[in-house]
Amino acid sequence: MSVYAPQLETTSPPPGAKRGRRSSPWTWRWGDRLVLACAWGAGLGLCAIAAAIVLYMGYQGIEYLRPDLLFTRPAISLSQSHSGGILDPLIGTALLTAIGIGLAFPLAVTCAVWIAEYGRPTWLARVVESTIEIVAGTPDIVLALFGLSIFQLGVFAPLSFRAEGGGVYGRSFIAAGAMMSLIALPPLFAATRDGLQAVPEHVREAAFALGKTRIATIRRVLLPSVRSNIATGVTLGVSRIIGDTAIVLLVLGETLHIETQGPVPIVNLLRGTGSTLTSYVYDNSPAGEGGAPQKAYAAAFVLMVFVLGLNLLVDKIGNGSLSSAI
Amino acid sequence: MLSRLRNPWPDHRAERLLGAVSLLVGVSVIAMIVFVGVRAWPVFEHDGLSWLGPGGNLETQIANMQATSVNPPASAYHLNAWPLVYGTLLSTGIAIVLGVVIAVLSSIFIVELAPARLRRLAIPMIRLLASVPSVIYGLIAVLVLVPFVGNHLITAQEKTSVQNFAELTGAGLGVVVVTLTVMITPIMIALICEALMAAPVSWREGAVALGLNPLRAVLAVTLRAIRPAIVAAAVLATARALGEAVMIQMASGGSSYTPNLSHGPLIFLYEPLRTLASAIVDYHEGIGAPALQATLYAFGALLLFSAFVLSIAGYMIKLPLRRYQVRG
Repeated sequence: MSVYAPQLETTSPPPGAKRGRRSSPWTWRWGDRLVLACAWGAGLGLCAIAAAIVLYMGYQGIEYLRPDLLFTRPAISLSQSHSGGILDPLIGTALLTAIGIGLAFPLAVTCAVWIAEYGRPTWLARVVESTIEIVAGTPDIVLALFGLSIFQLGVFAPLSFRAEGGGVYGRSFIAAGAMMSLIALPPLFAATRDGLQAVPEHVREAAFALGKTRIATIRRVLLPSVRSNIATGVTLGVSRIIGDTAIVLLVLGETLHIETQGPVPIVNLLRGTGSTLTSYVYDNSPAGEGGAPQKAYAAAFVLMVFVLGLNLLVDKIGNGSLSSAI
Repeated sequence: MLSRLRNPWPDHRAERLLGAVSLLVGVSVIAMIVFVGVRAWPVFEHDGLSWLGPGGNLETQIANMQATSVNPPASAYHLNAWPLVYGTLLSTGIAIVLGVVIAVLSSIFIVELAPARLRRLAIPMIRLLASVPSVIYGLIAVLVLVPFVGNHLITAQEKTSVQNFAELTGAGLGVVVVTLTVMITPIMIALICEALMAAPVSWREGAVALGLNPLRAVLAVTLRAIRPAIVAAAVLATARALGEAVMIQMASGGSSYTPNLSHGPLIFLYEPLRTLASAIVDYHEGIGAPALQATLYAFGALLLFSAFVLSIAGYMIKLPLRRYQVRG
């Protein structure tokens, strides 16, 4: 590198350039100008791709999404005009998100509190932390395989869908929701832990000096002060869950309608199978069996609206940095 | 019950309760590794590591597995997974190389070059790119990119030249790589931007004072200092790309063909492929057959193992960054 050989162009500014200003790119070497152009091109190009995706999905969605699609159940038909709406996938997405976050929230916050505030013995805390790192790096398709193998066990058989012959498939809303909670866990855990670690030590010391126990400090002082971090974590978890396809395909059973299992009202829904917006998009695309791209576009548009909304939410409650959201 | 919760908890009991829940999470993750490993074991027991090698026709081998009954003979487990491993390495490798270049350039753009107003616009855009679900990327790939490549870029002559090996429809390596690059670049940008912002400004100012122009100062000094962050970002993105199943299944043309560079570089990009993760999606309907089930779990175990190795590698790479308080 030319650290020891300063370039003439910048050391002796051309006439017209004022001292103390940034050097103009037009006086740089060709190679530097090329890199500059590439950097602008890459940055603007990515923004253009993002804008193109949003505009394209919006255009297709407005063209194919009718309000009544949201309230009619899907039907089996070869023609796209008779294949019904996306009510069942919508309910499926909502239910799965509720189960996933409902399981992940207490687990993640507890883990984060334990690791940040207690963390004894140290080796055990480190083991738990690294297992969560492993889940964060595990592909969702592997989690789906794990879900199938767990819920096919005899112990968990009452929790999932059962074929007429009594065979256990390990597919149900509970099974898929449990796997979804593993997907939502890492961002939720990381957000809470980072928030707790950022709380200054003197806050804790002040609470202890007032005679609060450690757990009371956590409940009354620390958790309220990291509320926005937890909210960011939940939002990230939700956007992971609603965007996931592999777990739905393998563990939820990808049935067109929500199929209930057994007589007890709410339990039969949780034991039943169904579909979500993502699996609906997949099934109706040319890759799945149904060739109904219009319905796929309509459902993808709804999905995109959710994702955009969650993004705005993260913007609002997060600190606005790029990495807090990925 | 509620009133008991409202009363102050004894501290030691709270600690034990929280610890037990955390341990539960840890144990369930270890259970995941064990379960996937146990289910995959028959495959490695019968075939050993030659399972990963080339040879044979993968599709007929899998059809054989589906045809076997509840107690498959040892021969039913036979498979040569090389086409899938090759497809995974190929698509991930090209996407990572492209992605690192684009991510470094656009991180420099965001942190150093863009005016403040443009930066405020660019950051949410790139964040959005990271949060678009993979099925939407797949949908765009299969409904927009694949027909475009198939109808406008591939000539009839190119189609006939390889018609004995593969059918060129447009779905293939090129579309997969482009979509995968768009998917993984934002992850890298997030990490690289963070490191760029955390690097001391004084180093760069020193370089500018020595006569470098501002861009060259960034390239020569800051970018060198954050090299570990760039590698760590690439590792993280590799883990994401390896496990991408649904998008690749939709855009890859779904055939266990190995793209062959000797057919010419353009045709190479049009040729279909299949990866380990997309094969699981392709064949999950037949998971009732024990031999196929063990094989699919073996694919999963391979992915899990690679993700594990990558996360250890990422941790090791990030260690030197701690020296100057750069969090990656």
